Amino acid sequence: MSKDDALCGEFFMNGDTACAEGAISAGCRFFAGYPITPATEVAERMSERLPQVGGVFIQMEDEIASMNAILGASWTGVKAMTATSGPGFSLMMENLGLGVMLETPCVLANIQRAGPSTGLPTLVAQGDIMQARWGAHGHYEIVALVPDSPQEMFDLTITAFNLSEQYRVPVLLMADEAVGHMSEKVVMRRINQKELASRPRPKVVPEEYLPYDSREGLVPPMAVAGGGYRFHVTGLTHDDRGYPVMTAEAQDKLIRRLVDKIRLNAKNIIRLEEIGVDDAEVVVVSYGISARIARYAVQKARDEGIKAGLLRLITVWPFAEDRIRELAPKVKAFIVPEINYGQIVREVERCAAGKAKARLVPHMGGSVHLPETVLEAIREEAK
Amino acid sequence: MNLWRKPFDIDEKAPRPVKIHIDIDRCKGCGYCAEFCPRGVLKMTGELSYKGYDMVGVVDDGKCLGCGLCEAMCPEFGIYLIYEDKELK
Amino acid sequence: MTKMLTVDTNPVDCYLRVDRIPHIWCAGCGIGPATGCFLRAIDRAELNPDKVAVVSGIGCSGRVAGYIKLDSFHTTHGRALPFATGLKLGNPELNVVVFSGDGDIVAIGGNHLIHSARRNIDMTVICINNFNYGMTGGQMGPTTPLDARSATSPYGNFEYPFNLPYLVAASGATYVARWTVLHLRELERSIAEALTKPGFSFIEVLGPCPTVYGRRNKLPRGMDEMRSYQERSVIRDGADPKDVELSLNGPIVVGKFVDIERPTLWDCYQQMLDRVTKP
Repeated sequence: MSKDDALCGEFFMNGDTACAEGAISAGCRFFAGYPITPATEVAERMSERLPQVGGVFIQMEDEIASMNAILGASWTGVKAMTATSGPGFSLMMENLGLGVMLETPCVLANIQRAGPSTGLPTLVAQGDIMQARWGAHGHYEIVALVPDSPQEMFDLTITAFNLSEQYRVPVLLMADEAVGHMSEKVVMRRINQKELASRPRPKVVPEEYLPYDSREGLVPPMAVAGGGYRFHVTGLTHDDRGYPVMTAEAQDKLIRRLVDKIRLNAKNIIRLEEIGVDDAEVVVVSYGISARIARYAVQKARDEGIKAGLLRLITVWPFAEDRIRELAPKVKAFIVPEINYGQIVREVERCAAGKAKARLVPHMGGSVHLPETVLEAIREEAK
Repeated sequence: MNLWRKPFDIDEKAPRPVKIHIDIDRCKGCGYCAEFCPRGVLKMTGELSYKGYDMVGVVDDGKCLGCGLCEAMCPEFGIYLIYEDKELK
Repeated sequence: MTKMLTVDTNPVDCYLRVDRIPHIWCAGCGIGPATGCFLRAIDRAELNPDKVAVVSGIGCSGRVAGYIKLDSFHTTHGRALPFATGLKLGNPELNVVVFSGDGDIVAIGGNHLIHSARRNIDMTVICINNFNYGMTGGQMGPTTPLDARSATSPYGNFEYPFNLPYLVAASGATYVARWTVLHLRELERSIAEALTKPGFSFIEVLGPCPTVYGRRNKLPRGMDEMRSYQERSVIRDGADPKDVELSLNGPIVVGKFVDIERPTLWDCYQQMLDRVTKP
């Protein structure tokens, strides 16, 4: 196969397939996964494409193994990903925590379906948003992106790889069944190598290398297995050498850095789309498939003369706290349509801090909101 | 007829003068080396090390064959042989 | 070879993170000798140490990775094998070794064990079997012999244990052996053999756990367990794995049980790639 293996051009394809193609364009050459509706199409596409581009596809025995396999592969210097949905996402949580602790770049696509438990395997929901943030035990920060179309499944998969490489953190692509299974036009542009980030590499000789060297910055350089660095990494609380240290001081230093490397860079990580927010009295805060319904409702409200705006969260984690705080004194209300019984609305309410109302427009999953439901909420809050 | 021969690897297998090094910082006094030494070179002394573990001592390193079993068996990587003819090799 | 021939250190020190020694294992623990055998086997097998990666899970044996001065990964409980699978497939040049305890690799990680053997992925597994969960204080596990006492089987274990060589051989491993830490020469040779053998190699190493297993089973010191190995061990190379079951006081059959040829996962992947890339 030639080096030029990424697909380019305009295609009509579903979101899952676009996600797989985005990964190939981003340079992903390792995929480990386990079949689960509605994420299976990502694995299927990868099983077809990776052998064509000299990568490795492996179907593991479960999602726990899949998550571990991509961590292992990432330590050999390969860009690696997995894709799953609800139950599999739950199984991956412990080792997502390992990925955070070892600071291993990788991408995990969760094509959300309705839960809890087996729930509605073939139908849409956005119920895993808080699990994405807090699913593994212990305190950490994570990056989660939410695509609203097959096009974004392609684009944001590339962004996800870039952020994971840049910050050495697992990045979650929190898509949903609707976006995953919807077929639309996807434009795959040629990705220039310069657009692709890669993890910081050690600049010192092996004898001087520290796996978690934080002297140069919050993101330490990462050696590869087999590179002669003979490093040790552990899921235990560790020091700069990677050695376990069982003290409160070591925990303090490590967790602060793991959190701060995302928290202090939130401005560079967060991506938002805003429509008519500047003069808006009512701002709809939404993400993923729900944002497409919100977009229509906001449009209708504007047609009726209501000053409505849309703030679409492309990055749900880290949360766009500053923007909500900034808008809160200027607006009457935030309206949060999401396909769950209230998750991101809590964040909005927290940041609005009583300066503006945060109103949830819930949907328990299985389908999407009716635009009228969101429109009605906008009308009521605009009064 | 000559019914015996000189073993072809006798030079390799012949006992070599050895010094046994016991690392008292590592030893936890399990006693494996003393128990399984085929020549009784090592023995538990009955004294306690500064860490409070039973101490092992060398009774007679003249008897040592340099088999290295103690070195391999020590769970603490705390005992090893120094072959005194090493430079000659 | 990068091994240093200095006179003043233990020959395995070049592969140890000496700044972390003495290690955390109890006096008489079997993990130390097994680790030593592995370190010597690296040289015996003439491997490039820079290309050896050690992965371990959680528990006493999980700490092995932290003491070995090679690329070493201390992962989550039971998950050393899938992590190692990623390493091996990410860089097939690596010689991947999984150090694991019986509870780690057979109980919580049991599914990964049988599937790694089924795939015949090229790696070496050294499973230190001390018949219980040592790190958490000596609870029974899937290898605890019937009637043995433990923290969670105070009246004697009423569950049948796994016969590990049989399990792994039936799952497809191409090299299966069992030794005790008393069989140091055999163990070292066996590990060296496994390291160079393509395919999934599994070596069960019986090691004493005086503090929490021996104490509850009339073998209060490491020495007692070692002597019991000496009395009960029978070397039977080539024995049928189904006949090597262990019991509380019965014979311990040790030896190399399986040594067969079968294409590895990577061989099969390459064959598939050939079909893809050659029209």
